[in-house]
Amino acid sequence: MRRISAFNIVSVVLGLAFLYLPIVILVIYSFNASRLVTVWGGWSFAWYRELLQDEAMLRASSISLRVAALSATAATVLGTCAAVALVRMGRFRGRLFFASMVYAPLVIPEVITGLSLLLLFVAVNIDRGFWTIVFAHTTLTMCFVTVIVQARLISFDRSLEEAAMDLGCPPFKTLLTITLPLIFPAIAAGWMLAFSLSLDDLVIASFTTGPGAITLPIRIYSEVRLGVKPEINAICTIIIVVVAVVTITASFMTKRGAARRERPAFAADG
Amino acid sequence: MNANPKWSWGARAVLLLPYLWLAAFFLAPFVIVVKISFSQTALAQPPYIPVFDLAAGWQGLKDFLTQLTADGYRLIVSDPIYLLSYLKSLEVAAVSTAILLVIGYPIAYGIARAPRGIQPFLVIMVVLPFWTSFLIRVYAWINILQRDGLLNEMLLALHIVREPQSWLSSDIAIYIGVVYTYLPFMVLPLYAILEEMDETLLEAAADLGCTRTRGFWLVTLPLSLPGVAAGALLCFIPIVGEFVIPDLLGSSKTLMIGQTLWTEFFSNRDWPVASAIAVALLALLLVPIVFYQRLQSRQLEGLR
Repeated sequence: MRRISAFNIVSVVLGLAFLYLPIVILVIYSFNASRLVTVWGGWSFAWYRELLQDEAMLRASSISLRVAALSATAATVLGTCAAVALVRMGRFRGRLFFASMVYAPLVIPEVITGLSLLLLFVAVNIDRGFWTIVFAHTTLTMCFVTVIVQARLISFDRSLEEAAMDLGCPPFKTLLTITLPLIFPAIAAGWMLAFSLSLDDLVIASFTTGPGAITLPIRIYSEVRLGVKPEINAICTIIIVVVAVVTITASFMTKRGAARRERPAFAADG
Repeated sequence: MNANPKWSWGARAVLLLPYLWLAAFFLAPFVIVVKISFSQTALAQPPYIPVFDLAAGWQGLKDFLTQLTADGYRLIVSDPIYLLSYLKSLEVAAVSTAILLVIGYPIAYGIARAPRGIQPFLVIMVVLPFWTSFLIRVYAWINILQRDGLLNEMLLALHIVREPQSWLSSDIAIYIGVVYTYLPFMVLPLYAILEEMDETLLEAAADLGCTRTRGFWLVTLPLSLPGVAAGALLCFIPIVGEFVIPDLLGSSKTLMIGQTLWTEFFSNRDWPVASAIAVALLALLLVPIVFYQRLQSRQLEGLR
């Protein structure tokens, strides 16, 4: 019964072309032997080799990966707790206030979040650097984890939990032994989203960083401001490949675990 | 939080852990921003006075209060640079949100009407660029828009322009960058609501003699308005505070407010004024943010 018009097909095809063309061009030019963007000098891995010798870039990558892994893990724990509290704990006092604190960082401009976190770190006199970025990213990304896990918890069949509790399992034990394993795919997807958001963040990291903690986006940004460079195309291509692999894995995990009618949870709400 | 007396210490920890974290790293920082927005710039470390000293006791608090000032706010009201920045940000956000709606709606609609089997694939295709670095997506456009970039190359080859145009450092470049990076944010909420729509309503309309186009305007569009609102807010709010896109693609003539805040903070090292800008920006966005949160929680409650 559902009829698809030519207009439907054309808009989807054009939309996807618009989304992918610039990225494809960037990837292709990372293999360009010529230094000039408009001159095609044949295929080459020269810029990737150059990248391997760029000490500063490698150090920045390692810092970014460590920040992302640590903050994503902390954010997953905190965000899952927050989602469980919001969905399973009924109407506790201060729920609305708590919910506002969870949703606000999703939309508040990054410059504000970054500035306010920096001022906090200055006020309590913490040395800024690696750990302050980890704290800042944890705060930002835990809210995204909450949204994903919350969506899963809401569409979740509660009869298994109720069965466990009818058989005398205490609520907290039910949570650990029944609920968490069942919503694990959503938790994993949350971790991956947190990881890639942290890997991506420039603004908040710029505010909260200190001497010695140059993350990859900060490094790329300072290079990009000086103009287009083939090495930057190369590092960007590597990041795109890593993120694409992570995303596709994550979406398979959520799809396998989730009910069929579940909406595309990640990003839909964030 | 004592609705359920059976809660063990473990259950309480589940709530308290994120609660305390957000209080410490989200709420407290805002209180500090507000406080510093009423401070004065100083050549000190940290570069503002007064610094509240607990050890000085009551007298310390009184000294602290008397030194507070609204100078930061007075400056952003009196100097047109700041007002122009705010207006520019609102303009960019409003225009790009409108463009995003016009481009995003047909895409979301097309995906929602595609065969069920390939819908998840199309959704992933839309989400994938969102996961790819924001910075990279903006950078990709520098490759295309720069003076000896692909766009000029193509236009020259097609004899549309005689000599290379400068596309970068213009409002057009900002709009392209913003629309490009925020498109997934617009498409997904729209798709979510279009996909759930009851097809029989359209059939009923058709049975009653409604043409397909009229059916769209009279049935589909009004029913999708919550998705339109969600998508528009999800784009509008962060675009107002956008920094990276105007900084890399725009000109330095009229700055957006995110850039002005950044410059005050990093170049002028004027922390009180930067804080005052942040507070004023937040005040400006408060209404849309509250609106968005209500929409969000209603949607989540509705799923239950």
